[in-house]
Amino acid sequence: MVDQTHTSAIEPSGPKPKKTFSRANIFLYGTLIMVSVYYLLPLYVMIVTSLKGMPEIRMGNVFGPPMEITVQPWVRAWSEACTGINCDGLSRGFANSVQILIPSVLLSILIASVNGYALSNWKFKGSEIFFTILIIGAFIPYQTMLYPIVIILREIGLMGSIGGLVLVHTVFGMPILTLLFRNYFASIPEELFKAARVDGAGFWQIYFQIMLPMALPIFVVAIILQVTGIWNDFLFGVIYTKPATYPMTVQLNNIVNSVQGVKEYNVNMAATLITGLVPLVIYFASGKLFVRGIAAGAVKG
Amino acid sequence: MTNSVEIKNLDLSFGAVHVLKQLNLEIAEGEFLVLLGSSGCGKSTLLNCIAGLLDVSAGQIFIKDKNVTWAEPSERGIGMVFQSYALYPQMSVRKNLSFGLKNAKVPKDEINKRVSRVAEVLQIEALLDRKPGALSGGQRQRVAIGRALVRDVDVFLFDEPLSNLDAKLRTDLRVELKRLHKKLKNTMIYVTHDQVEAMTLADRISIMKNGMIEQLDTPDVIYSRPCNKYVADFIGSPAMNMFKGQLSGDTFHGEGFTVDVSQYDFDTHSRREGDAWLGIRPEHIVTGEAANGATFSCNAEIDILEPMGSDTLVWIDFAGQPVRVRTEGQSGLTPGESVTIGFDAARLHLFDSQTETRL
Repeated sequence: MVDQTHTSAIEPSGPKPKKTFSRANIFLYGTLIMVSVYYLLPLYVMIVTSLKGMPEIRMGNVFGPPMEITVQPWVRAWSEACTGINCDGLSRGFANSVQILIPSVLLSILIASVNGYALSNWKFKGSEIFFTILIIGAFIPYQTMLYPIVIILREIGLMGSIGGLVLVHTVFGMPILTLLFRNYFASIPEELFKAARVDGAGFWQIYFQIMLPMALPIFVVAIILQVTGIWNDFLFGVIYTKPATYPMTVQLNNIVNSVQGVKEYNVNMAATLITGLVPLVIYFASGKLFVRGIAAGAVKG
Repeated sequence: MTNSVEIKNLDLSFGAVHVLKQLNLEIAEGEFLVLLGSSGCGKSTLLNCIAGLLDVSAGQIFIKDKNVTWAEPSERGIGMVFQSYALYPQMSVRKNLSFGLKNAKVPKDEINKRVSRVAEVLQIEALLDRKPGALSGGQRQRVAIGRALVRDVDVFLFDEPLSNLDAKLRTDLRVELKRLHKKLKNTMIYVTHDQVEAMTLADRISIMKNGMIEQLDTPDVIYSRPCNKYVADFIGSPAMNMFKGQLSGDTFHGEGFTVDVSQYDFDTHSRREGDAWLGIRPEHIVTGEAANGATFSCNAEIDILEPMGSDTLVWIDFAGQPVRVRTEGQSGLTPGESVTIGFDAARLHLFDSQTETRL
């Protein structure tokens, strides 16, 4: 019997037709749009507010676009905002943060990548125990280590200096970065390493000529993790530095939370946006590589 | 004749697991030796020990009469080819080939000379400036073989080099390897689990099981006189038919059949009484007219047929168990039909049922 309910005589063939406005699609895209708006709204308010003058802000229209666009708050935030007695804005903090960031990122990634390489390819007696101890380090709460580190830094004369903070960041980056690199190098076929050994390459030759060129994705992941982590760090910055060497985050806090005078919302917003710019740029510039590296480093291993 | 590779009382254990046990092996100059065994038998481990990629627990390894037990892989005078090719992905073929020579600080002119000579031998000249990613599987394996060749070494080690290739390429490259060996006359040690590769390539085959060598002999002897039941089972496809029974004098009593084994070539001092296994290869069982003149013949019913073109595998119910018989491709047999099967006593294999060694 022919099925009579089918009025059209079209034989199913080729791709199955899909309705654009099906219930599932409306639900899916509706949810996505709502969530996106929810997350983007604060950013929108910040940008809009940072471009308004103080009189306009006092009118109270938080979501309205600026009637008169002014970049004065951005200039003030960068070079004139006061923290305590210093009135040179965020620029000093930015310079400090850069001086902290670059050596910390380079040092921690360099050491961790060699660590990971050695732990996955040159297994020695006790290497697994060593690795376990290192990983346990990642689970110890920072708070318990704050004061001992103060004493250590004081004893070696690095307390309050940028060098001291670089050391702290390098050490604290070690567990998670080593794990990342070890897992990535473990996913590279062992035979490649054996072939290089038969070809007479040593520890550093294999690292630089075979492993390093293959590890670009995981290096990108490590750089992103470290740059955003160190740039956004507040706790270590506020404890181990002094006002002259405060990183940007600490200075931002001091600007926003200063209690004297008028609260300049537009300047605060501009200062916050400037501070957040570096991680933001990093994410946008490396999105694809980041996802590839995370997938390669985290899943296998 | 000097030995190219010599292994003395080699032991290797990972913790409580003994992978290689008191292993002795002597490989002559220019010999093609195949290490054959199922996975986990220690054949690749043995190769890695010879290459120096694994530290041995006890024993010694000599290459060209030099004790290399403690030497680095690069100092041993070996070249190695891996199953997964293991080419350096970010280097061109030329750089892949010259990497080892650069590490050994060979002069540039010499490197260029050797690379172009090897490229010519393996016909990969056109590929020299490509990256491994742009090559097919067969080309990659050729480059990997080239990387071992440029090192100008005495001993080549192959770790299942053809297992990652498809069936056709595998047979092509197998013949090429044989030609290469004929031309170079180097010592080659080749690990595989494929018995066809082993039979076709080897001068001698070493069959391994549980970290020990079961039998070490020419392919011909391994096929015609397997030294125990394991080897007999392992070599030959389809596998040998085995029957349990008792041996008394010149007669083997199976389950519902007796065979006169007076024509069987017994090992000189073996016993001729007691429980034993009788083995006969599927290709040594004859059917129809030919069976009438055989030492043993009887009628049996065909269960199923497996035609394979060049020949047909016939499953026959005999002595209470399915028996494999290999016949010609166009046998004209049908399932359910009754046929006469037979075999000669000279083609039999008898094994002790306890020790499983050849009688």
